[in-house]
Amino acid sequence: MSDASLLAIRDLHVTYATGDGPLPAVRGVDLTVERGQIVGVAGESGCGKSTLASTILRLQPSNATVSGTVLFDGRDVLTMRWGELRAVRWAGASIVFQGALHSLNPVHRIGDQISEPLRIHNPSLADRASRQRVGELLDQVGLDPQRARSYPHQLSGGQKQRVMIAMALACDPELVVADEPTTALDVMVQAQVLNVLSTLVRERGVGMMMISHDLSVLADLCDRITVMYAGRVVEEGPARRIFVEPLHPYSAALSAAFPRVGDPAARFAPSGLPGDPPQPWLLPGGCTFAPRCPRAAEVCLPAEPPLTSYGEERSAACVRIGEPDAPSVEPASGHVS
Amino acid sequence: MTAELSAHGLRVEFTTRTGRVARALDGVDLRVRSGEVVALVGESGSGKTTLARALIGLARPVAGEVRWNGSRLDRSARALKALRRQVQLVLQDPSGALNPRQTVYESVAEGLRVHRLVSGSDKTEAELVAAALASAGLRPPESLFLRYPHELSGGQRQRVLIAGALAVQPQLLIADEPVSSLDASIRGEILALLLRLREELGLGVLVVTHDLGLAWNIADRIAVMYLGRVVESGPTEEVLTAPQHPYTQALLSVVPEIEELEPVVLRGEIPDPTRIPAGCRFHPRCPALASGEAEEVAESCRTVPLSVLSGEPDGHRSACHLVSAREGAVPASSTETEEVAP
Repeated sequence: MSDASLLAIRDLHVTYATGDGPLPAVRGVDLTVERGQIVGVAGESGCGKSTLASTILRLQPSNATVSGTVLFDGRDVLTMRWGELRAVRWAGASIVFQGALHSLNPVHRIGDQISEPLRIHNPSLADRASRQRVGELLDQVGLDPQRARSYPHQLSGGQKQRVMIAMALACDPELVVADEPTTALDVMVQAQVLNVLSTLVRERGVGMMMISHDLSVLADLCDRITVMYAGRVVEEGPARRIFVEPLHPYSAALSAAFPRVGDPAARFAPSGLPGDPPQPWLLPGGCTFAPRCPRAAEVCLPAEPPLTSYGEERSAACVRIGEPDAPSVEPASGHVS
Repeated sequence: MTAELSAHGLRVEFTTRTGRVARALDGVDLRVRSGEVVALVGESGSGKTTLARALIGLARPVAGEVRWNGSRLDRSARALKALRRQVQLVLQDPSGALNPRQTVYESVAEGLRVHRLVSGSDKTEAELVAAALASAGLRPPESLFLRYPHELSGGQRQRVLIAGALAVQPQLLIADEPVSSLDASIRGEILALLLRLREELGLGVLVVTHDLGLAWNIADRIAVMYLGRVVESGPTEEVLTAPQHPYTQALLSVVPEIEELEPVVLRGEIPDPTRIPAGCRFHPRCPALASGEAEEVAESCRTVPLSVLSGEPDGHRSACHLVSAREGAVPASSTETEEVAP
């Protein structure tokens, strides 16, 4: 294990070549994940978060142009040779994709699907050893090892999601990237799956990057959160504080979208954000969030605001932070969880 | 005029391939009136979608009845068609519910044509479609007439579905997970739309969801379902700030943003409805029983079935032996429950 961060993304740009011209999906993103840390990436559809996830393992589609660096344990995934990349995929890092419920093969038993990466990475693995490992993995995600003999249609959504997590863990990865791992699940099953994930990070010291549009889930589970809008990072900082006292107006809107049950201010007052995110080929000039921003002013229009530090731990990209009606930078209470 | 849709002792069963009978609804009383928002919450498999379907006659009850404005719903084609004009269903997943080959105009006009509403109106079809789109917050409506679903954002699609329901001027909407597939930023917009429709048109809304935050946002009353029964019901403030039933307490404790509650993560999932547990149907997963907190009533929990909770919209009720035992011990309690030990 080297001293380098487990994952260090620096100035990453991903542009898709399309019939309508270049489509910039990720525009200069920095992100770091340490061992034993869960980092959340928040943002709505089209903000570039899933492109970011697939680029980590160089799984981006062939029409994408990538620049910047993605250092996995100090080595650049974007330039490494094919053999090395293959070792990193699954064995070093693995991804639980969004909509994973539909990516299980319906005609194979789940035990066989979980053992597939084991057998690919270690062709000499005996059947018995592989069966035993599958049993361990199922147990780790809270499923009965007998379930190895089931077919996907015999499992509920939460159980399938756990199978996907078991597959991602099969080769003992150091980094797990989970793209919306609980979006289609009920609250209770969501809580079960999140418990499995956080236990993994705590007990095995893996690093995790978790992508979601639900800031409340991220605030609960993550150490730090990165908020993305239109392909850029608009805010980064300790998870709890981003949720409780967001600096950027976009983070504030995401935070308010999930009300605290029991908060009188949210009764009969659902909070939303009008409009849609900009089309990547028609980005507005200046701050890309300005057209939807409740606080937009003249000063937002000339240039896209840079990500600026506020205190030691936080940064945000908004020129109006600290102005009179801005959200307070001073912590209301000293708690940072 | 106040419209009222209600379920009385409603039971719906399905037969599985192996011949076992699944009791998807096992006796449910519920009432929804125009002008109120009622949330029906529970996990997948609790029967909440079956109840929504049974209320508009899409699932045939084996016992109990559905009443529309007090009279029993008869299942003739004519009666069902009339009911479905008054009570519109808005499905979850707007991407799947819209026909990809139909324009927005066609999708919204379909209901008008089915119910022959244009001839009885002094407006043209296009005016009625435009009015429905505008009430669903899509402006200017004409600009969307010729769009196809794939050209719309998720939030716009959900609004088109709602517009399709509004076009026939219903008195009640039944919305099944109206925002679960939408982005966080759009979620609030759609919920605000439902509240605005209640204000402006006096619509009643039954919203089916597993999201307690949504219920807190918009619902006047809440009914919590577990395995085919309503296990707790009452005004939203009371149920969500002082939940009585251990199941409701557990559901609330796992809502991510409530820090002060120790999360009670129930093991497993709702049992198979072909094998409903004896006694209280929640007892195999009940944290109060497992922790010994319910020791005094444990025997009843395992063997004595609970009665169906009344659907009358007054008071805060729950179907739990422990709650009734405690309320029996503290007669000063103001809440009325209809617990019956058989």
